[in-house]
Amino acid sequence: MPLTNDIIQQKLTEKFREQITDFTEPYGMLTFSAPKELNLKVLNFLFDSLDLKFRFLTDICAVHYPEQKGKELAVVYHIHNLEDNVRIRFKIFTDINQPDVYTATGLYSAANWMEREAYDFYGINFIGHPNLKRIMNVDEMDYFPLRKEYPLEDQTRTDKDDEMFGRGGAKGFGNERTDDGTMIEADKNAGEQII
Amino acid sequence: MSEQHIKLPEGSIEKTTTTLNLGPTHPATHGVFQNILELDGERIVSAEQTVGYIHRAFEKIAERRPLYQITPLTDRLNYCSSPINNIGWHLTCEKLLGVKTPKRVDYLRIIIMELARISDHLICNSIVGVDAGAYTGFLYVMQYRELIYEIYEEICGSRLTTNMGRIGGFERNFNDIAFQKIEKFLKEYPAVLQEFENLFTRNRIFMDRTIDVGPISAERALNYGFTGPNLRAAGVDYDVRVHSPYSSYEEFQFDVPVGTTGDCYDRYLVRNQEMWQSLGIIEQALRKVLEFKGAEAEIYHADVPEYYLPPKEDVYTKMEALIWHFKIIMGEINMPAGEVYQSVEGGNGELGFYLISDGGRAPYRLHFRRPCFIYYQAFEELTKGAMLSDAIIVMSSLNLIAGEMDA
Repeated sequence: MPLTNDIIQQKLTEKFREQITDFTEPYGMLTFSAPKELNLKVLNFLFDSLDLKFRFLTDICAVHYPEQKGKELAVVYHIHNLEDNVRIRFKIFTDINQPDVYTATGLYSAANWMEREAYDFYGINFIGHPNLKRIMNVDEMDYFPLRKEYPLEDQTRTDKDDEMFGRGGAKGFGNERTDDGTMIEADKNAGEQII
Repeated sequence: MSEQHIKLPEGSIEKTTTTLNLGPTHPATHGVFQNILELDGERIVSAEQTVGYIHRAFEKIAERRPLYQITPLTDRLNYCSSPINNIGWHLTCEKLLGVKTPKRVDYLRIIIMELARISDHLICNSIVGVDAGAYTGFLYVMQYRELIYEIYEEICGSRLTTNMGRIGGFERNFNDIAFQKIEKFLKEYPAVLQEFENLFTRNRIFMDRTIDVGPISAERALNYGFTGPNLRAAGVDYDVRVHSPYSSYEEFQFDVPVGTTGDCYDRYLVRNQEMWQSLGIIEQALRKVLEFKGAEAEIYHADVPEYYLPPKEDVYTKMEALIWHFKIIMGEINMPAGEVYQSVEGGNGELGFYLISDGGRAPYRLHFRRPCFIYYQAFEELTKGAMLSDAIIVMSSLNLIAGEMDA
């Protein structure tokens, strides 16, 4: 019998009850989330269960949702069952003030650098990771550049004003334009305060 | 581990291993990689890889750009096979937008993707030869990479970073010269590839330098997230073109070559076999393309006015075309909200695009699954206890591309 999304959902619900939530199927890929304390238990179950056999880690990446209070950071796992050729997506959410998540390096060697990348860009602290340090950026960097509070270009520049390309115009950071058209220049030291 | 090669005076407390910085810019590393090797004599005790020297924050840049402006970023991932990256990205967008491409577009894309695969593999294999001391093969096949680049040039105007195609298809139809050049390539390349194989495959020196160098078991390779030729060399027949067909690959007949030991020699053989298979796929696709007659032979893109630029004559003469042109160029078209993962079989493995859209003009988050970033982790395990010169060969036979690794 081919492994379908319904069967996976049923097996997961049998094992973890109502702790696994948000079952959706965007573009055919089963997506669900669990509390972050359970991430290793779920990954282990998916790996070991003889009916499921999700043993190939395709990808780990992090996402920042500043609007969701208490669940600002997400870690997304893409896992693949190569025998039945089914992919699933598994998400956990964590508070940005305490972004501690258990590492999956014990289960997948491939997770090592993927988690280092997620740490480097989003500051997710993978507990138990053998070598959790920055991978792309310099070690001296003291912020996490892919978080949404860092706009793409230097917002303290005053010589350019072009909302389309990420400079000025927007609310909350950089040069602000009031309704009557006057510009309020940004605080030049704002960048240091964020860091 | 290995035996002690350097004899120190008795009672010496000096460090017995040597630290060697291989890279970041070493002629033998073919890119900006740094390996900090601990050597005992000439044997490698441990290796620590440093990546990120050409990190350009593509994922951050993409969060500000409309979809079509992200295509040039994908060029710069695996620049040995840029068209695969471009088309993979277009397929991701089309999946999100629900665009169905015409069959002729699919076949044209397959021709281009397989040409790109050949150019990727021939560079990789000939570089393995160069690192083993055989320069001839490299110069010989390079001529045919040139011919592939000329084909790209006919189709999109550029050679290395191609920015080829649009969402929904190609920017223009293939001209006759392009088809002639593809046919010329199909006619001439098999003899060259055969000669290249004759030079290397049963070459005593080449075999001694590559057999049992950097082997990996199927189990470890899967655990390390290997994909593409490196995984198939270890004996796992996973190929995205077969497992999750895209762009009508399911209509084509081809074999998936596999190896057994996963060493450098098997990786070389698998790549060579894949080039033969790719030639077969191009031939089938070309036959299918030439079957289209009349108006059907003029189809080279899907009908998606929201994302496909109108012809320039229309922009000057028709109001609607002008509006679409303006909206597309300024990136003012909002895409549907959703999240989508699409992968293609790239030159060196499964190249995945994970796109989250919140309904705005630019992606909320875009993540590239870069195959060589993932399997470069295994470098230490592959080279432990090997000789220094083997490390160079392992590196080139993994087909590591700095641009893709650092994104």
